[in-house]
Amino acid sequence: MERIKSLKDFFQMYIDGFRSMTVGKTLWLIILLKLFIMFAILKVFFFPNFLNSKFDTDQQKSNFVEQQLTGK
Amino acid sequence: MNVDVSLIDWSRAQFALTAMYHWIFVPLTLGLGVIMAIMESLYYKTGKDKWKRTAKFWMKLFGVNFAIGVATGIILEFEFGTNWSNYSWFVGDIFGAPLAIEGIIAFFMEATFIAVMFFGWKKVSKGFHLASTWLTVFGATISALWILIANAWMQYPVGMEFNPDTMRNEMNDFWALVLSPVALNKFFHTVISSWLVGSAFVVGISSWFLIKKREKEFALDSVKIATIVGTIGILLSIYSGDESGHQVAQKQPMKLAAMEGLYDGGHSVGLVGIGILNPQKEANDNKETFLFDVKIPQLLSFLANRDFNSYVPGINDIINGYTADNTTEISVAEKMNKGKQAIAALSDYSKARKAKDTLAAAEAKERLDANYKYFGYGYFKSPEEVVPNVPLVFYSFRVMVILAGYFLILFIIVWLFNHKKRFENMTWLQWVCLLSIPLAYITSQAGWIVAEVGRQPWTIQDILPVSAAVSDISAGSVKTTFFIFLFLLTALFIAELSIMIKQIKLGPGAEDNSHE
Repeated sequence: MERIKSLKDFFQMYIDGFRSMTVGKTLWLIILLKLFIMFAILKVFFFPNFLNSKFDTDQQKSNFVEQQLTGK
Repeated sequence: MNVDVSLIDWSRAQFALTAMYHWIFVPLTLGLGVIMAIMESLYYKTGKDKWKRTAKFWMKLFGVNFAIGVATGIILEFEFGTNWSNYSWFVGDIFGAPLAIEGIIAFFMEATFIAVMFFGWKKVSKGFHLASTWLTVFGATISALWILIANAWMQYPVGMEFNPDTMRNEMNDFWALVLSPVALNKFFHTVISSWLVGSAFVVGISSWFLIKKREKEFALDSVKIATIVGTIGILLSIYSGDESGHQVAQKQPMKLAAMEGLYDGGHSVGLVGIGILNPQKEANDNKETFLFDVKIPQLLSFLANRDFNSYVPGINDIINGYTADNTTEISVAEKMNKGKQAIAALSDYSKARKAKDTLAAAEAKERLDANYKYFGYGYFKSPEEVVPNVPLVFYSFRVMVILAGYFLILFIIVWLFNHKKRFENMTWLQWVCLLSIPLAYITSQAGWIVAEVGRQPWTIQDILPVSAAVSDISAGSVKTTFFIFLFLLTALFIAELSIMIKQIKLGPGAEDNSHE
């Protein structure tokens, strides 16, 4: 058994661990697929930040929210 | 401006869907984490390999649950920015701080130590590995802390001041936010009640092994630890739940009234043990509240105010206003009037500022500050709008309490029979344990329904109702993303279940030579 003695050994632990994974590989695939769907599809096409997509400055955003809250 | 009701409903439904989905994974992470860490601690202390083997099996299931659940909470952040932009802007500074701390400290803490936990069995000392396991659990728990602080602020907003120049509530007292009694209690109640889910899961799966006549020693050892953790967790949850009820009575009396189906309050009020609400009952009518109910005399007064004879306001009292026990609460109609004055003052302040009229701006700011406490009431058209969905809150509360009581009895019985070495032959009780796993999730979800539906119609108690918090977008787009999420989350859930079931079927024997 080779124990961790240096930072290099620490990173080697990650490499060895990832290499010897069985079910973990499937889980990582699911995680990466999930993150891709979330950030590359949902966030970009379906969940733009409403205020950021309409206004450039904080003052404009503030004015819009004020109009929304006082006009409702 | 009128807000489309279906927009609010779909936005709320989408948030509820994603939050409840996220909450399938979190309590198991928190509960199972403690159990597997205790098992590894026993391995560290006794040096017996059976505890290492047992801990490794549950760690693998912990890993599956963690992997499928990780980042599901990010969807909620997307929804804040898209569907709830008024809210996001209005609270940005306060919500931002705890969530940023959560992201930076807790997430990286989990990410670092979880790797040692899975990959480091042969690479680090027993002590370091054990510390990594506990720190993984601690990291997950600290993650929950920051989220719950943010949530508690929505129930009981403290430590901030509204700045009409930026239209934001700005944090002026970080420690008031972090050490808010609602936040601390919510944290302990949520985390410790999650031990119930972890324990029910371990007891149920272990029972499956016993039913299948496999891995007897592993299963019985697991049952022993899980029933103890579950029993302690429920007992502590009863204590924190009692304090939670007390906090709700002080800070959100309408929620408490909805939890109890209490329309007309009074002194020495009893707690409804079980009851069936009259579905026709509405605020300020003369109909009977219950078709059937059994009350425990004076207990609600004690829970609310620590005094068996104290006054507890009902839904009608809160709407109409009341004076009792040296406290006067104005009616919702008066609060609505003050809220409208606050909104008008905000509008006047903005106009005066743009016109550079400092005197008028100062006068408007004074009016705003004087009435800001009731700001959110200005958006209501009728006082009855402040009443949440009473049947949903009432029944969810009873589901949570009754099921928690059921699990307390179940864990004690199973522990006793296990201790007397009879549980291994009680197939019927093993089936009960296995079939009870979904009930643990229902218990946990019901608790959140009480907390969140009971807070309605507010996003921020008394300050911002959902109708004002929602973005000016089309209901159709929210409906579309609702069904996208429904499809995506269902697919993920099926994936998790199939991986989890496969790993369970492999059993702890598969762990013997695994590095994961």
